Amino acid sequence: MSAISASEKVDGFTRKSMRKAQRQRKSQGSSQYRTQSAPVELSPLPQLKDAPSTEQQELFTQKLQQCCMLFDFLDSVTDLKSKEIKRATLNELVDYVSTNRGVLVESAYPEITDMICTNIFRTLPPSDNPDFDPEEDEPTLEASWPHIQLVYEFLLRFLENPDFQPSIAKRYIDQKFVLQLLELFDSEDPRERDFLKTILHRIYGKFLGLRAFIRKQINNIFLRFIYETEHFNGVAELLEILGSIINGFALPLKAEHKQFLMKVLIPLHTAKALSLFHAQAYCVVQFLEKDPTLTEPVIRGLLKFWPKTCSQKEVMFLGEIEEILDVIEPTQFKKIQEPLFKQISRCVANPHFQVAERALYFWNNEYILSLIEENIDKILPIMFGSLYRISKEHWNPTIVALVYNVLKTLMEMNCTLFDELTSSYKADRQREKKKEQERDELWQKLEELRLSNSTLVQNNSHGLPSVQNNNNNNNNNSNNNNTDAQDKSADAAADAALTVTTNNNDPAESATCAK
Amino acid sequence: MAGADGDDSLYPIAVLIDELRNEDVQLRLNSIKKLSTIALALGVERTRTELLPFLTDTIYDEDEVLLALAEQLGNFTMLVGGPEYVHCLLPPLESLATVEETVVRDKAVESLRKISQEHSPVDLEVHFEPLVKRLASGDWFTSRTSACGLFSVCYPRVSSTVKAEIRQHFRTLCSDDTPMVRRAAASKLGEFAKVLELDYVKSDIISLFTALASDEQDSVRLLAVEACVSIATLLPQEDLETLVMPTLRQAAEDKSWRVRYMVADKFSELQKAVGPEITKNDLVPAFQNLLKDCEAEVRAAAANKVKEFCENLPEDSREQIIMTHILPCVKELVSDTNQHVKSALASVIMGLSTILGKDNTIEHLLPLFLAQLKDECPEVRLNIISNLDCVNEVIGIRQLSQSLLPAIVELAEDAKWRVRLAIIEYMPLLAGQLGVEFFDEKLNTLCMAWLIDHVYAIREAATCNLMKLVEKFGAEWAQNTIVPKVLGMANDPNYLHRMTTLFCINALSEACGQDITTKQMLPVVLKMSNDQVANVRFNVAKSLQKIGPVLDSNALQTEVKPVLEKLATDTDMDVKYFAQEAISVLALA
Repeated sequence: MSAISASEKVDGFTRKSMRKAQRQRKSQGSSQYRTQSAPVELSPLPQLKDAPSTEQQELFTQKLQQCCMLFDFLDSVTDLKSKEIKRATLNELVDYVSTNRGVLVESAYPEITDMICTNIFRTLPPSDNPDFDPEEDEPTLEASWPHIQLVYEFLLRFLENPDFQPSIAKRYIDQKFVLQLLELFDSEDPRERDFLKTILHRIYGKFLGLRAFIRKQINNIFLRFIYETEHFNGVAELLEILGSIINGFALPLKAEHKQFLMKVLIPLHTAKALSLFHAQAYCVVQFLEKDPTLTEPVIRGLLKFWPKTCSQKEVMFLGEIEEILDVIEPTQFKKIQEPLFKQISRCVANPHFQVAERALYFWNNEYILSLIEENIDKILPIMFGSLYRISKEHWNPTIVALVYNVLKTLMEMNCTLFDELTSSYKADRQREKKKEQERDELWQKLEELRLSNSTLVQNNSHGLPSVQNNNNNNNNNSNNNNTDAQDKSADAAADAALTVTTNNNDPAESATCAK
Repeated sequence: MAGADGDDSLYPIAVLIDELRNEDVQLRLNSIKKLSTIALALGVERTRTELLPFLTDTIYDEDEVLLALAEQLGNFTMLVGGPEYVHCLLPPLESLATVEETVVRDKAVESLRKISQEHSPVDLEVHFEPLVKRLASGDWFTSRTSACGLFSVCYPRVSSTVKAEIRQHFRTLCSDDTPMVRRAAASKLGEFAKVLELDYVKSDIISLFTALASDEQDSVRLLAVEACVSIATLLPQEDLETLVMPTLRQAAEDKSWRVRYMVADKFSELQKAVGPEITKNDLVPAFQNLLKDCEAEVRAAAANKVKEFCENLPEDSREQIIMTHILPCVKELVSDTNQHVKSALASVIMGLSTILGKDNTIEHLLPLFLAQLKDECPEVRLNIISNLDCVNEVIGIRQLSQSLLPAIVELAEDAKWRVRLAIIEYMPLLAGQLGVEFFDEKLNTLCMAWLIDHVYAIREAATCNLMKLVEKFGAEWAQNTIVPKVLGMANDPNYLHRMTTLFCINALSEACGQDITTKQMLPVVLKMSNDQVANVRFNVAKSLQKIGPVLDSNALQTEVKPVLEKLATDTDMDVKYFAQEAISVLALA
């Protein structure tokens, strides 16, 4: 261990950048498991283009077999010569299948797919960083990329070769092949996922018999991601593929596709990663453009999964809602306007200014504005309360200014209703308060009843709630004390100015020092 | 009794249901959480005829509300009229068991399992088992997943024809189309096997187990490993070789590291389940392979099991197996490239010394301990230090003390405060084992240095550490070595250090006793009541409250009381608050 400088000693947390740098240095993982024996040294074969045409096929096969040899890329010094030979051979093979006609004879298919499977299908290694966050962290790159890249390239050229015959290839590119390919989408290496995306798209296009299977397996991956592991690196890529698949769906939509929309795509909105949302919104809008009658269930679904604590996600949801509103039919709009605008009115009143701002931007959209105007008698009563309140008390001046504009727009749409709402605002609030009071009383009566019964009926949770209430009261009291005491830390900190500077980096410190 | 039948005039169901329908999720959630209160108000009859149908039909809600509902219904038996009527709870729970969200579904299944026990055998066949069948043949995977958890609770209590049906359903789900259902089935395989008759375990379960263990998805295969433990426990020894071992061997060599990890993770359980003979012949080589696995995750999981595995080896050949097969692998792991592997090993390796005895420990293990004490990763060193007691028993700590000291000093100054915190927590243990002389000479300065650490958590732990040391070494030692230094900090320019003095006094007064507290500590505390920082002043009040019981009444009345009274008129409201609190607690008013 080297000597630690004073600034570092303060705390480990401040050194995230340093830890990252360390990780980057070794952010290469490989996943080739137990190559049966140590690799045999490869010897270069003659160039395909120099071989007489009668022997080319044989040489092609030999080269494919040669490329089945796997190397350890974590060890960067071993087998350098053989690695280079394999790289050159792969390059040559890529070139060979992309420029030559008539090279894909039937007997070559098993050799080709065998070489591909041996190289790319592998169990992905455990992630270096269990809480890998695609937006924050550097991905672990595949160490054997110099070879794997060429194999992917080769697979792509193979699929795109004009002589390529799906009827022969389907014996090798089958369900099992697809399944293994789909598992690779979990790779942390974005370069690999990008290749996989193109390849899967080609396979989907060329193998009609595999389409339903591919869709079903993608569903399974998504469902597992949503409900079991919450982790799969390739969700965005798979969504991109689906986006273009949905585009090609025939009308009327099959039940399977609707089920995908409602049971997979909408619940997928619970995902943590924000990067997914763009692709999701795209897919959802694709569906709605195909079949507008899906609008109501889709919006209800989004409202069900509306984020409660993550403001950034809420902004994304609002973005998606706007995209949907852009294509919504007026008849569909009427069906969902009430629940939707109740949510929008909550967003407008959100203390996070970005959420409020994003919601208020809806009023800059001409089409949405026209929809609101058409239904002003329904929407204004829903929106009025929040807007009115926010115009008085939001902390952010930009929001207040925006709210004034929105209120003005709404007033112009229906002046009489607006005046009515303004004059009844106070009375409404009072009615609400009264209702709340009544609710409290009702519950209190029930509570009393419960207590008087607790001796009669043996049930596990009796009596607990009332005790909890007492506790709550106590907590409130002590919280007040805490907040009072917190003011103190400021004075104290100023007093001890000497030490305050070093305390900044110290979470444990600041947590307790505040008291 | 108003509650017994419900009172229409006071609590019309409409009002209660309105509450359950309230627009505000939070209010709905509150109402649902008090569902038992509502049921109580309605009485058992109306709960059955009005409330439950409402819950079954109209609840389409946020998952959070559904989760609360699923939980409530598991405790509802008495509220619907006892075991006789418990089946009324099945319809709402059935719909909850089919929802998408896993936590809701799991909770519904948990509640169903709970109330299944309250069904009479007849009701179980008439009401419960049909529900399980409906779920097992549901269209969407969620209901089939839920069904997997219900087979084992009803199987033991139904007739043999129904049993046959249940087995058939379970078989079907084990080869379900969707991996989610196969995973659910695989995870319940062991539990289901336990309630089956032995013949069916051999005929049905084994084939399902073999199939799941070679599933195309590794997420299914790894769950079969867990089931393997239960299944192997159920079978007679002579069947294990043919029925279980081929699958287990395959799992230990699986191409997916997740499966191998699972084998490593369950290794002790597996070892116990298959018995000593198979352990010797099969598991020892398998364990060696796992310790040498190419994935660090697997090696770490296996390293964690080294001690348990060795402990459970058959006694007659234990030492020989460890020395010739396990120890060489362990030696390699000490210099593993991955720190998690090393630290996993470090957390158990000391345990080997009790198994191997003094001579082997000194000859073979000691060099490994010493190497790990010098490891670059602090966690490794810490894990060694935290397990010193095992070695102490076998060879005495002196053997290690020369290497120990540099390791401790380095950890004590580690940049990560959590590492420093961890080493502090082992100080009392170390002090006990190394003795007071060694401690005074080498470690005392460290303990005092922690008191002025930048991190509060460290200062706090250091205070607590001092208290434990005093408990160990006695008041006289405290008076000579610790108290002067602690009290000296009362004049520190940094108010945080001044407060540390107070915190130390709080911790030490009891262990040091009345004499030291009154003569040495109290004057310092009282003097600090004039501190210019309010935080220090209110901590003086708190300290006086804390040490008050140790003082005699004379000191309390003549010295403490005036100071507290003065603090009670402080300009700062917190100082006032704590001074008044102290006055009332010490009954000085």
